[in-house]
This record gives sequence, structure tokens and C-alpha cells, in this order.
Amino acid sequence: MSDASVEIGLSVAESASPDRRAVPEMFRSRLILTGSGIILLFAVLALAAPLLTQWHILREPLLQNLNGLDAEGMPLSPSGRYLLGTDNLGRDVLSRLVYGARVSLAVGIAAMLTATCIGLTIGLLSGFYGGKLDMGLMRFTDMNLSIPSILLAIAFAGLMDGKILHLHPAWLHWRFLDLKLQRGMVSVFLIIGFVSWTGMVRVIRGQVLSIKERDFVHASRALGASNARLIFRHLLPNVIPTVIVLAAMNTANTIMLEAGLGYLGVGVPPPAPTWGSMIADGQAYFISAPMIVIAPGVAIVLTVLAFNLLGQGLQEVLDPNRAR
Amino acid sequence: MNFLSRFLTRLFWSGVTLLGTAVLVFFLINVMPGDVARIIAGPKATPVVLAEIHHSYHLDEPIWKRLGFYLDQLAHGDLGHSYVTDQSVTQAILTRLPVTASLAATAVVMWLLVAVPLGVLTAKYRGRWFDRGVLVGATFSLSLPAFWLARMLQYGLAYKLGWFPVAGFRGFTSLLLPGITLAFLFVGYYARLIHTNMVEVLDSPYVRGARARGASEATVLFRHALPNALIPVVTVLGMDVAGLLGGVLFTENVFALPGIGTLAVQSVFNLDVPMIMGTVLLSATLVVSANLAVDILYRWIDPRIKAGY
Repeated sequence: MSDASVEIGLSVAESASPDRRAVPEMFRSRLILTGSGIILLFAVLALAAPLLTQWHILREPLLQNLNGLDAEGMPLSPSGRYLLGTDNLGRDVLSRLVYGARVSLAVGIAAMLTATCIGLTIGLLSGFYGGKLDMGLMRFTDMNLSIPSILLAIAFAGLMDGKILHLHPAWLHWRFLDLKLQRGMVSVFLIIGFVSWTGMVRVIRGQVLSIKERDFVHASRALGASNARLIFRHLLPNVIPTVIVLAAMNTANTIMLEAGLGYLGVGVPPPAPTWGSMIADGQAYFISAPMIVIAPGVAIVLTVLAFNLLGQGLQEVLDPNRAR
Repeated sequence: MNFLSRFLTRLFWSGVTLLGTAVLVFFLINVMPGDVARIIAGPKATPVVLAEIHHSYHLDEPIWKRLGFYLDQLAHGDLGHSYVTDQSVTQAILTRLPVTASLAATAVVMWLLVAVPLGVLTAKYRGRWFDRGVLVGATFSLSLPAFWLARMLQYGLAYKLGWFPVAGFRGFTSLLLPGITLAFLFVGYYARLIHTNMVEVLDSPYVRGARARGASEATVLFRHALPNALIPVVTVLGMDVAGLLGGVLFTENVFALPGIGTLAVQSVFNLDVPMIMGTVLLSATLVVSANLAVDILYRWIDPRIKAGY
């Protein structure tokens, strides 16, 4: 126990850059391999989706097709023609699932990057400068921590939708959908990013507080290094491993939030296929066509699970002090 | 610093945090464009009516003045009136709070009843297949979306098997399945948390001492190790109030329970700004007071802190 901590202390003190031995270790970690494997699969599918449609492997996700409904106008069950069945508008569930991965991953990762930028900046400044700045920033963090992120997100996302409604009469709504799809993605990832940075701040701040008292930082300061140099050359590289771990875990969180917003109808607006809205639209047909609800749910679970596994695996390799 | 002054400092900062949250959320929600008068009067209202509403709700005043009005209202314990139903926000929240509180309490009891034995046993059989299985299951439970799990359990256990009421609120039995849903989402995390603490505690000298004296395995695990392993769980429970409220929001909606979660979602759909403010402030108050309570309880549960070890 004590030997291990001494060794870790030395490896951090000796080099200002992350441990290079970590890289081969990553390829041996089953958690990392499983997690990144699933993520890679979804990412490839998401990127290739338009091509797959072009090659007629995948149907058009927005195409509302009468052939996709039975004689009573109900969605079809899974069959050879529609592998996961159709939804209530006769759209192919499999195709919507694959296109949904585009939205989920894009929004989730963009939101994670937003959150990481905010959380890292606040954590670094707070830990490095201390004093009044630290107190102010930590109070600000506490305020954000005191509201459930999903509640804050639906409040903003819901009110933001209102703005669009007021610009055009409700019955003209659909004409601007193309434009709104783009805007929706951006506003949704910004909202999610702005509500999910808090978890990172305390961890980063704590690390900065301990690193800035290390000898190599004192030495550098004594040699006349500027604050900016201390932050960017010495503190930042040393917190990067932790940031990577937290970012991977936070992506699980942001993807879950995106799905939650979609489910409540305040996420990326229709007809964009998102996993959350697929579940919301499909739940009325659950009893006759359960696959409409089950399939997107499994997709969410798999993606979130993958990022959680990746985060845990990375933590074991990069940040063994904090791993259980 | 003695206990009282420490407590008062904490209390002061909790108040500052709450006030700051109120101001922050007020600005963010009111800066979001969208004409509130239209929400109140409907899309066909004439400009005269709109102007009248603007005046009576102080919407024509600058935002900092409106913030002043709102804070003054808050100081009198009044959260304002709903734009849509004109119901008092305080009243609406107070009638719905008991449902949410009992749902949360049911869920916490359920997941602790499962997580404690799982955590203790995985610590005892560390590294065996049972431990690894629970680890995988725990990560899986962390990855479940609340709304989807709620739908699946509702379909399987309530609709197909008929063990529970499908939806709506008719007394305690209606809280069981929503409670199970929430418990599913949190049990994995707590099982791991207790596991980690137990592993640490089992390594400590006093446990080895108890074993050396010939105490039975059950006595060692549950009388000597568990109480100390549970101490950090209290902190996490206090901090998890926010996460729990997030889960409650979805669960209540799926099971159509008349709690704070359904109120929050409904008011967002209605663009009912005072109601949204009310639910946000309520959850902030709950989270801040839970943290304060943990801070105080901690000294009582763990005398080592008071003694300064």
C-alpha cells in the first residue's frame, strides 16, 4: 500500500507529462476494450448511416411509408423486411435507431466537451489562485449543484422551445423544421453542457491544491515561472489523466440527459430520430409493438454502459489512486 | 471553533447558496425569450389585453426591478401564482410534496435493504465470481435510463403479471413499483460504495482484533465492520438528493403520480415560469438542507470527527 503510493508520487514528480506506460496497459484492460468496442461500433454505424442508406442497406429514417403499417394502420412487428419492425408512422425502427446514434453521440460528446471546458477552467482557477476567487467560484458551483441537472435542463430547453413557437404561428411550425434541427442540436448540447460540469470541479480543484505544493512546482516558481506557465506547463498536464477519466464518465451522463430531454419532448426536435423521442412516441404502441420501445432503450443502455466501462477502465489505468 | 459557531457559519453559507441560486435561475429563466403575456392570455389576445397583463405582472419593468419584486415575495414565503391556473405555487408544491417524499423514502429503504447485504458479501468474497457479477450488475444499473426502466417494469410487473397497480396514485401500493424502479437505478452504486468501505474496514486492526478474539464471522461483519463502513454512505445519501429528485421526475411521470416531478414537467410544458421557479427552488432547498443535515449528523454518528482524530 505505502510502496504503491510512493511509486505513484515519484512518477508524477519526475515527469510533467502523463505516464507513457499507461498506453500498453490500456490494451490489456478488458473494461476499456469492451467499452471502446461498443462505442466504436455505434460510431461507425452512425458515421456510415447516410452511405448505408445510399446503398439501400438501410431505409430512409424519415420516410413515412404506408407499407410499413398493417391493414388497421398499426405498426408492424419485426420481420425479414423490417428487422426491428416499424413505428406508428410506418418508419423503419432499425434505420431510426442507427440515425439516432448520430444525434446521441454528437450531442453527448459535444456536451461533454462543453462541460469539460467549464469544469476544468473553474477547477484550475479555483485551486491555483485560492482566496476570494476560490470562494466565489466554489459558491457558484454549489449553487449549480443544488439543482438536479435534468430539472434545470428541461426548464431551459422547454423555455427555449417557447421562443421558436412565438416567432411563427403554431400551424406553420413544420416548415422551419430543417432550420430548427440544426439549431436544436446546438442548443441542446449547450444546455446539457452547462448543467453537467459541476461533478468535475471539486476533483480537479483538489488535485491542483495538492500538485501546486509539490517540489517541482515550487522549484519552477522559484526560477521565476509565470502563473500562466505554472498552470499550462505543470498543473494542466498533471490533471489531464483525471480529466480524461471524468470526461469518459461524464459522456455517459450527457448521453443519458439527451435521451431524457428527448423523452420529455424538449430535446432535439422532430422529425430527427433520437432514442429518447423514439421511446416517447412508441410507448402508446408498447402493447402491440413492444420493439419500438425496447430497441431504443437497449441502444441507450449499451451506449451509456460503454462509456461507464471505458471510464472505469481508464480510471484503473490512469488514476489508480482514486480507483476502488 | 466550537460546534455552535461552526453550525451558524454553515447555515449562513447555505442561505447564501440558496439566495444565489434564486437570483441565478430567475435571470436565466426570464432572459429566455418568449412573451409571458401570450402564455397567460393565449395566442389570440389583443394588444390591449397583452399590455394590461404586462402591467399587472410587472413585465414592463426592467429585469432587476422584477427580481426585486420576486425576492420581496420570497421573503414573505410566497412563491407567486401560476400563470396558467392562477393557483398559489406554494400551495401546489405543498399538496404534492408528501407523494414525492414518500416515494423517495420508499426507494431509499428498498435500495439500502438490497445494497447493504450485497456490499457486505462482495467485500467478504472479494474477487470471486459473486463479487465480479455484482460489479457488472452495478455498472449495468448505473446505465439504465429511468424512464425506460420504469416503462419496462410497468409493462412486465404491473400490466403482464398484475402484481402492482399500473399507474395513478391510490395509497402506498401505488408507490411500490415506482420505488422499485428508483431502487434499481441506485442499488448498484450503493452496493459498490458499501463494498469499497467494507474492504477498507475489514483490513483495519480492530477487525483483526475481533477475529483474533474468536468472534463469529457474522459478528465481525455486521457488528464490528458494517457500522463503520456505513458512515460514508450517509454523506453520499445527502449528496444524492439531487440525483434522486432527477430520477423521481421521470418515474413519477411514467407512473402518473401526483408529485413534484409531474408538476415540474407539466409547468415546463405550460411555460409556467413561477411554477418552474418554485420547483427549482424547492429542489435547491432540499439539496442544501440535506447537505447541512449530513454535516451535523456526521459529528453525531462518527465521534472520531468531534474528537479530532
